[in-house]
Amino acid sequence: MQRIIYTLVIISLSGILMGQGIEKAQGGNFLLQNGQVYTHDKGMIGADVLIKEGMIAGLGNDLSASDATVVDCKGLEIYPGMIDAGTKLGIAEVGAVSLTQDHNEHGEYTPHMQALTAVNPSSVNIPVNRVNGVTTVLTVPSGSLFPGTAAAIDLHGYTPQQMYAGFKGVVLRFPSSGKRGRWDRRSAEDIKKDSEKKLKKLNKFWKSAKIYAGIKANNGETDYNPQMDALVGVINDNEPLLIEVNKKEDILLALSWVNKSKVNAIFTGMSEGYRVIDSLVKYKIPVITGPILNNPARSSDKYDVGYSNAGLMSKAGIKVAIRTNETENVRNLPYNAGFAATYGMGWEEAFKAVTQNAADIMGIGDKYGSIEKGKVANLFVSNGDPFETKTQIQHLFIRGWKISMESRHTLLYDEFLERDPGLNVEK
Amino acid sequence: MIMNNIKYIVVVLSALLSQQLVAQDTGDVLIKNGTVITITDGVKENTDLLIRNGKISQMGEGLTAGDNVRVIDADNMYVMPGIIDAHSHIAIDAVNEATDPVTAQVWVGDALNPYDVNVYRALAGGVTISHAMHGSANAIGGQCETIKHRYGVEDPEAMRMKGAMRTIKFALGENPIRVHGEGQSIVPNTRMGMEQVFRNSFAEGKAYAKAWKDYSSGKTKTPPEYSLQKQTMADIISGDIMIHCHSYRADEILMLMNVLKDYGVDKICFQHVNEGFKVAPELAEFGAYASVFSDWWAYKFEVYYSTAYNAAILTKNGVVTSINSDSRELIRHLYHEAAKTQKYGGLSDNEALKLITINPAIQLGIQDRVGSIEKGKDGDIAIFNKHPLSIYAVPQYTIVDGIVRFDINEDPIDMRIDVDPEEAVPAFMETLDHSEDDSCMQGVQGHHHSHSHKH
Repeated sequence: MQRIIYTLVIISLSGILMGQGIEKAQGGNFLLQNGQVYTHDKGMIGADVLIKEGMIAGLGNDLSASDATVVDCKGLEIYPGMIDAGTKLGIAEVGAVSLTQDHNEHGEYTPHMQALTAVNPSSVNIPVNRVNGVTTVLTVPSGSLFPGTAAAIDLHGYTPQQMYAGFKGVVLRFPSSGKRGRWDRRSAEDIKKDSEKKLKKLNKFWKSAKIYAGIKANNGETDYNPQMDALVGVINDNEPLLIEVNKKEDILLALSWVNKSKVNAIFTGMSEGYRVIDSLVKYKIPVITGPILNNPARSSDKYDVGYSNAGLMSKAGIKVAIRTNETENVRNLPYNAGFAATYGMGWEEAFKAVTQNAADIMGIGDKYGSIEKGKVANLFVSNGDPFETKTQIQHLFIRGWKISMESRHTLLYDEFLERDPGLNVEK
Repeated sequence: MIMNNIKYIVVVLSALLSQQLVAQDTGDVLIKNGTVITITDGVKENTDLLIRNGKISQMGEGLTAGDNVRVIDADNMYVMPGIIDAHSHIAIDAVNEATDPVTAQVWVGDALNPYDVNVYRALAGGVTISHAMHGSANAIGGQCETIKHRYGVEDPEAMRMKGAMRTIKFALGENPIRVHGEGQSIVPNTRMGMEQVFRNSFAEGKAYAKAWKDYSSGKTKTPPEYSLQKQTMADIISGDIMIHCHSYRADEILMLMNVLKDYGVDKICFQHVNEGFKVAPELAEFGAYASVFSDWWAYKFEVYYSTAYNAAILTKNGVVTSINSDSRELIRHLYHEAAKTQKYGGLSDNEALKLITINPAIQLGIQDRVGSIEKGKDGDIAIFNKHPLSIYAVPQYTIVDGIVRFDINEDPIDMRIDVDPEEAVPAFMETLDHSEDDSCMQGVQGHHHSHSHKH
């Protein structure tokens, strides 16, 4: 009976989120005191952080609390929230249950399909992943040549619009001359033919889209074509195009395609980026690469090419962000970055690759990616280096909301660690 | 011309000869001044380790060996037992005999492939032994093979860990139901049907053993018709074979334990066992083992109610637990996967490292020979430049039976040993979802064309 009363008290005090049994986020203003704050330019500094109306309102010593709730961060470290610039979070739920997969629409040319439309704010995956310090993700459609438009979202909110983080990008999956897996039995010749055919299709479609965009630019009249309409911003207004490309030969083709079509490109994937460093440096195209924890793409590759690729590109002066390309395990972003750090990238650059660089590449670097006055209050408080596997995250803020550290995974732990009843069966 | 031929023959002969030597080789190594993580007897600073003839012969300070013995300076390095993966599909050419719900007669050991470069990549992650398993298409799949990562040998026989316990793959839930129930409209189409498939096969095995016993004792005059499938079931009942059962949901785990109780079978390791945490007390009471992913979940419906705290809950409830890979990718960093149990459940360093050393050894029935650093055990060692549970740890040397099979200082780029002349530059494989390179459902018709996760 006591337990029931206790449970009732807890429930009435805390409020439960959307039937997931997770404590509601806490609003208001917060003052994070006595912690060490990580800054990209000065490293760790002893400073307080003031969060007001969802934004970072102050960073420094002797900030006044006034109405803010004080969070004591003594002995703890404060980092900007991590950004995973390549996921399916929110638009995919249970892997093998196809009706829960909203990232892959029918059709070869569907740039008008909006990832943001299909984001499910109640996805069980979201709390599980954000409690590891990932506060913002790019959620990306997949499948055909132009599978749709990706959207950046913050990992808290009740509608997709509330979660929207200010960046959308049309995705082009550049024709691949690689195998689609071990079961792909096409001959090298057939693969080459297929990719050439696909490149022709791409160029034909692109030509039409340019004509369409040209008419639009001159306020001319034409029938509404949703596919081509979705590319008008890319063609007329220099909006970025996310180009997924991985194999060396394909990257080189993509480079010349970008050069010819004059688009504002962001390259994603780029698992063989390290093989074409000189060309990449020449064109200065930013890169979102990953996963880092990935098998080498060729049987002749060194075992650690996946680990070292991001560092080789970044050392050459290319702006690099790191992604997981994951859904339910976006939470491994710090470990992907950690392996990149270990295999040549170094800690500072690897941390930038999951914070400021990711934000800059998406054009939201003035609002995201670091703990600075005037930026969105996306940050976390940990007991140490976020790349180290055993580090625990203690507090999490997204848009200034203090987010519960609960998720399905912690709730199941709490319920089952000391299961009651245990072995006994009631007779 | 003749000279050329002779040269060719000499080259071939010497190649064959050296292969022969490698195949049977065990080695001597002296590892100096390392921090030795024994697993079973604490951590020993500044300690030397001598491996002689492939076995750990001495541990202590100031050890010396003859001039011909290779010395590794492990100053500021961590020396731990070779990592063991209790669930893998590398180094085999066939995974699923997906033609019948029961295929206890087939054996993965018939399809070993010593050329698989993934063995080298596993070595580069400190892994010295893996459990090459049949897939999960059938309720009762084939028998598995525990292999040593002696990369470089070309004789499949040399890959086997001779004398290791026999093991067999079982599978519950969605995979066998989808392949046989949905795919071929036969039992099992439900988790009710699953139970009866097991009961039927155990009953056959028991009757078969009795029929042979009756024949041997002269009670019957004609021998029973030979069946390797029934004989294998009989061998499980007699305790000669350990079951490794692909499983997810708590209810089906309880179901199988109930079936096993009826046949007096007590050697079982549940694989994946994502809902093991829900029945941890029952698993502990039965004495069943659990071999789990560090954090994989939500790739199919039966793993939607999972938790990354699974290994910690099982461990704290007294279940012998391991972390496995089931993946050519994860097998490269099992040390990192084990470290996740420190984040999810706060396991100690030694508890976490047991999950990839002595515990999988127990689950494979080879704990007397490997899984810890003890005098007399096999010279299977992994050496790291930092503590192996740190994200910054890089494997430096991996030693199998006293032979250095991975050395980061002598690590050529292309490590293939069966280069196809038509594929000098091998094909590029596009990265798909991590789960699509998983192997549990390899060889199942139609599997690879559906873009979904099926472990």
